[in-house]
Amino acid sequence: MLAITKAGLTSILQNPSAVLFSIAFPLVFIVVFGFIGGGGFSMDIGVEQGTDENHPVFKAIASLPSVKFHRGKSTSELTTDLQKGEMDAVIGIAPAATVGTPAIVRLQTSQASRERGGLFSLILNQIVDKANLNAAQIQPSVAVLQASEVVGRKYRTIDFVLPGQLGFSLLSLGVFGTAFVFVSLRQTLVLKRFFATPIARSYILVGEAISRMTFGLISAVIILTIGHFAFGFTLINGIWTGLAMLGLSALGLLIFMGFGFVVSGLSKDESTVPPLANLFTMPQFLLAGTFFPVNNFPTWLQPVSKILPLTYLNDAMRKVAFEGAGLSDIGTDLAVLAVWSVVVYALAVKFFRWE
Amino acid sequence: MASQNKTVISVRNLVKDYGEFHAVKDISFEVYEGEIFGLLGPNGAGKTTTLEIMETLREKTSGEVLIAGLSVERDQNAIKKLIGVQLQAAGYYPSLTLLQLLDLFAGLYNVSVNHHEILALVALEDKAKSKFKELSGGQKQRFSIATTLINKPNIIFLDEPTTGLDPQARRNLWDLIRKVRDSGTTVVITTHYMDEAEVLCDRVAVVESGKIIALDSPDALIDNLVANGFERPKAVKKANLEDVFLSLTGHEWRDE
Repeated sequence: MLAITKAGLTSILQNPSAVLFSIAFPLVFIVVFGFIGGGGFSMDIGVEQGTDENHPVFKAIASLPSVKFHRGKSTSELTTDLQKGEMDAVIGIAPAATVGTPAIVRLQTSQASRERGGLFSLILNQIVDKANLNAAQIQPSVAVLQASEVVGRKYRTIDFVLPGQLGFSLLSLGVFGTAFVFVSLRQTLVLKRFFATPIARSYILVGEAISRMTFGLISAVIILTIGHFAFGFTLINGIWTGLAMLGLSALGLLIFMGFGFVVSGLSKDESTVPPLANLFTMPQFLLAGTFFPVNNFPTWLQPVSKILPLTYLNDAMRKVAFEGAGLSDIGTDLAVLAVWSVVVYALAVKFFRWE
Repeated sequence: MASQNKTVISVRNLVKDYGEFHAVKDISFEVYEGEIFGLLGPNGAGKTTTLEIMETLREKTSGEVLIAGLSVERDQNAIKKLIGVQLQAAGYYPSLTLLQLLDLFAGLYNVSVNHHEILALVALEDKAKSKFKELSGGQKQRFSIATTLINKPNIIFLDEPTTGLDPQARRNLWDLIRKVRDSGTTVVITTHYMDEAEVLCDRVAVVESGKIIALDSPDALIDNLVANGFERPKAVKKANLEDVFLSLTGHEWRDE
């Protein structure tokens, strides 16, 4: 059994596409999505030429962390940008004509960016009001706002993207990897040659499964490590959360390998593996909350998402990593995954073929 | 041939049906210890089926098959430890090196293996670190035979080991098979090349449509035919085209 595990692992590692798919691809996605979402919320504000940047209103705007100024564009350029939604708003502050008269603050927004433009206009209103009140030295008489902020953890894009990518990596490794290996071992008569030796058939399966599991967990460790140290992926309880994530990965991989066994049983040769395997993986890839939260899908599509195992694996991983959820908190997820593993292995027993 | 003709394989009234198709129809024969026994016949005659039943890879429909006194039904695992099997087509992870494959099979048989010795036997020492898929046809067959020897078997089964090889590689493989036989291992081989059977086998069984239609030493079979008045239509020359080919191209390994 150990010998099969070793041979299986060596042959996975020598297969560049396996390594590429399960480690490199998810990392590329993580990097891409990490950078896209990296800036967080921001408003792009065009600044008209000749704006008085020393005006208190301008300074107040400039002190907002999410405002990004774009200077030096002509009026027509700014208008086009505004129409295309590349700018959320354009402001211009003409210097006061004479001391004592108010400066004119011009604000242009567009329907192309209704939310951000609207938000900016609200903020600007408030700044202008406050500046006027201050200047008139009027003390508030109706109400005073007391706002306080609770210190919270920052939920970054990476915290959403990484578990999804990890889940997807395990999915393709489990389904494609297992299916391809068994179809090709069957076709190249490696399995038949094994049967001529005293090894038990169950050992062949277990040996192959262990080699895949080992490889899957190694890639999970690599993805988690790089995600944590290079992109600030939240592992709320440090190493323990990492281990919990690996436990979930192992459970997920077990289920996905079951799919792989089913696919290998249904496939006549290697060319029929990809379409069958995609039948399992594509819906999960798109609908299981790998890239987008399940809640963003139209309601008629959500029931589909809610039966896929990857949805629950992703959900459990996100809860564990970010909220530090314990076993009881992800009980539903685990229960659904347990049901899936029973179903999948029942199918695998029915469809798996040795020759 | 071994002196006392001690039986190591006994096949009695073997029948194998695939549904309506009768692949093997009531075959009986014995293989003696230390001989090279050939199963001859055209493609589809039932050679491979018979061989795979002896290798415990296929279930028989009826009859009795004893390998070293063990039944292929009840003692499969004990038999598998005693035999070495070479399949008609390759059965190895293509991207593993020969050393890794030897380790794998040593693990499957749960024995230790002397890589150097076993590769030297099949003249593949310099290929130890090559991947299986990088070998030539003859090298693959030689390596395949090497893996049958890992568990130091009493009997090895070779299924058309020389099919598709060039004349040099075939001769080479014959030498290897004789060497294995001379070390005390019984060899059961299938082939559809008569020249091969004639020079290599101690005894042959001719199989046709699932039946054995002749069983004797190649010499005896030829003598028998001649005694019945057979004559070749064309006078035999002292050499044939293969002799010409070999004298022109040499006997040495060509598949490196």
